[in-house]
Amino acid sequence: METLDVKTTVEKERQEEAVVAHNTRLGVVLFLVYVVFYGGFVALSAFAPERMSEPFLGGVNLAVVYGFSLILVALALALIYMKACRKSST
Amino acid sequence: MIHETSLMAICIFLFFAATVLGISFYLGRRARSVRGYFAAGGAIPWAVNGIAFAGDYLSAASFLGICGMIAFFGYDGFLYSIGYLAGWIVALFIIAEPIKRLGRYTFADALDNKFNSRGIKLSAAISTLVVSCFYLIPQMVGAGALARPLLGFPHTLGVLVVGCIVTIIVITAGMVSTTWVQFIKGSLLVVLCALLTVLILARGVTTRPTDSTGRPRTLAARNVSLDHLPGTALPEEGPWSGKPYVRVKDANGIVTIWRKDADGTFSETQAVAVRPDGRKFVNGLPHGRKPGEADLHPVGYVSKLPGGVEKTGALGPFAFLRTMQESEVILWRSDKITEADGSTTTVYYQNPTPGKDFMAPGSSPTFHKVRGTTFFDKLDFLSLMLALFCGTASLPHILIRYYTIKDQLSARRSTVVGIAAIGFFYVLTLFLGLGAMTSGSLDVTDSNMSAPLLARSINEFMFAVLSAVAFTTILGTVSGLIMAASGAVAHDLMTNLLEMKMDESRQVRAAKIASLCVGIVAIALGILFARMNVNFLVGWAFNIAASANLPALVMLLFWKRTTKQGITAAIIVGMLASLAWILLSAQAYRDVYDLDPAKAVVPFSQPAIVTVPLGFLVLVAVSLLTQRPQSADH
Repeated sequence: METLDVKTTVEKERQEEAVVAHNTRLGVVLFLVYVVFYGGFVALSAFAPERMSEPFLGGVNLAVVYGFSLILVALALALIYMKACRKSST
Repeated sequence: MIHETSLMAICIFLFFAATVLGISFYLGRRARSVRGYFAAGGAIPWAVNGIAFAGDYLSAASFLGICGMIAFFGYDGFLYSIGYLAGWIVALFIIAEPIKRLGRYTFADALDNKFNSRGIKLSAAISTLVVSCFYLIPQMVGAGALARPLLGFPHTLGVLVVGCIVTIIVITAGMVSTTWVQFIKGSLLVVLCALLTVLILARGVTTRPTDSTGRPRTLAARNVSLDHLPGTALPEEGPWSGKPYVRVKDANGIVTIWRKDADGTFSETQAVAVRPDGRKFVNGLPHGRKPGEADLHPVGYVSKLPGGVEKTGALGPFAFLRTMQESEVILWRSDKITEADGSTTTVYYQNPTPGKDFMAPGSSPTFHKVRGTTFFDKLDFLSLMLALFCGTASLPHILIRYYTIKDQLSARRSTVVGIAAIGFFYVLTLFLGLGAMTSGSLDVTDSNMSAPLLARSINEFMFAVLSAVAFTTILGTVSGLIMAASGAVAHDLMTNLLEMKMDESRQVRAAKIASLCVGIVAIALGILFARMNVNFLVGWAFNIAASANLPALVMLLFWKRTTKQGITAAIIVGMLASLAWILLSAQAYRDVYDLDPAKAVVPFSQPAIVTVPLGFLVLVAVSLLTQRPQSADH
């Protein structure tokens, strides 16, 4: 089958397996952190919508505060990921 | 509502269009190789790519649809913002690195990297085409629908202008020009929305809205007693009997409709009647702006502010949100009444809504079931939030952007820039939507016009710039979609699947011809679907992408026993199951076939909660059945 592969060859980045494994593990951990946070928002909206309309921070309700936090936390986790990822030494 | 055309908007749009076309021709020489055409030679700087992510992703649906939904219903529109942004987390943490590591030019490349299977190539290419088409139709129809109110062009001309400009952009320099168009559009959109938000906060909120020249808006009457109605009440008969409306005939014989409120008083409505011969009447008069004609008047204002004040003055972002929560706003709802002769009357009525209600999930018809009592009621909402979360990282036109940069470090950096720009924009959508809701300038018949009309309530220049940017928005997203679709045709199907032997320049030529064909198809779809409500197709595209592509991508990366047959089966089953579910849903019954939504076959409209797990299940089952002996070595 290999001979039938007519794809153009492109010079790929060389990757050390340890680096790939570290970055993958880090990604999965941060992903799970966010899933819990996002899941909490979805669950609250679905099963306790009245709680979402109560003032939460500085008079602003929980729905808005949680919504903004989801956006800010996404950015914060993305920055952590970028800093903590390893780069292949080659 | 009839909108005045802005010559300035046309001039600014033509300036943007000329700029992006100029850039495309200038960059044309950089796209002579296959890698140059499909992946911009992998040489796009990460910061530019990050903003281009925003330009690619923030479609007309994001921009106009979300602002409109917030303006009409409140917080529920913001749920889309949250879901669309959260999806980027899947893209960054799970998909970005491997897609860059495994792929070359297209999504199929990455999936097929390990197997070199014709089944995967074919199914991934088809799923790319299906998802891109579902995404493309609302963009093109949106271009046509916005062309008239924003630029004064008829629908067909709007579609043609967008289709031709985008096709030229893609053909001249492929991914190079597409990237720069998306970069320009992404920057313009975010900067303009930030500016608009500042202007909204500086203006504050008032119970007496004015237009941009300071002239007070006409506010629809409320709390009118029966004796003070402007004429005599007609008897309730035919389809009007049992409805909460009274038809009032004035001295000139003009009939207006008033709604009976719970406290026994009446409130003014706006009614659009369409006769069987197609003639349109607004509030009892022929539709128009000439003497003896009537047009709908703009709506949306705060009826009660905290402390009973008439205006707040400039507000900080948190004070603005707090004020909205403690206010009461006149939102509008509609009701359709069909007479025996086939004529229809759409009644738009006032619905005073407290901030506590519209600033929390469940205030719109789309999500009202979230406030229901049974678990079953909530499934539609849960399913959509899952589709938005899983869909982003499976959209082919987003994935191909990972091939335009140098390495994985750049992939991560550009995703972070993308998340920052897109997240910032989505925070702004809440302010823009609420600003439009209280601007006194909304068109009750068209929520998509909310953001441009908000800009018009500030001044004509903002309207012109926003209209031109809204149109440029469509250019950016459509060019990304055409790139993804033409990559599937030229690279996945022609070069890889059919193994057509072509040298480098022929491959580029094939890609350009494919782009031209996809462009023509896009124009045809935009004209063909003109009369259909197509905004929900974006939600469908997310559902199909999540169901067909995500299980294959994730399992390929994390389960070593995945086989090529498993991937092929998961893509096909995920795609067909979600498509079938959607076509049998209440939403399709109502919006596509015009049938009674209660008769829909499937219990809720958004399939992801069923079809994403189904995709995973099929992949695991088929992979286990098709294990080859050497797979055991892993």
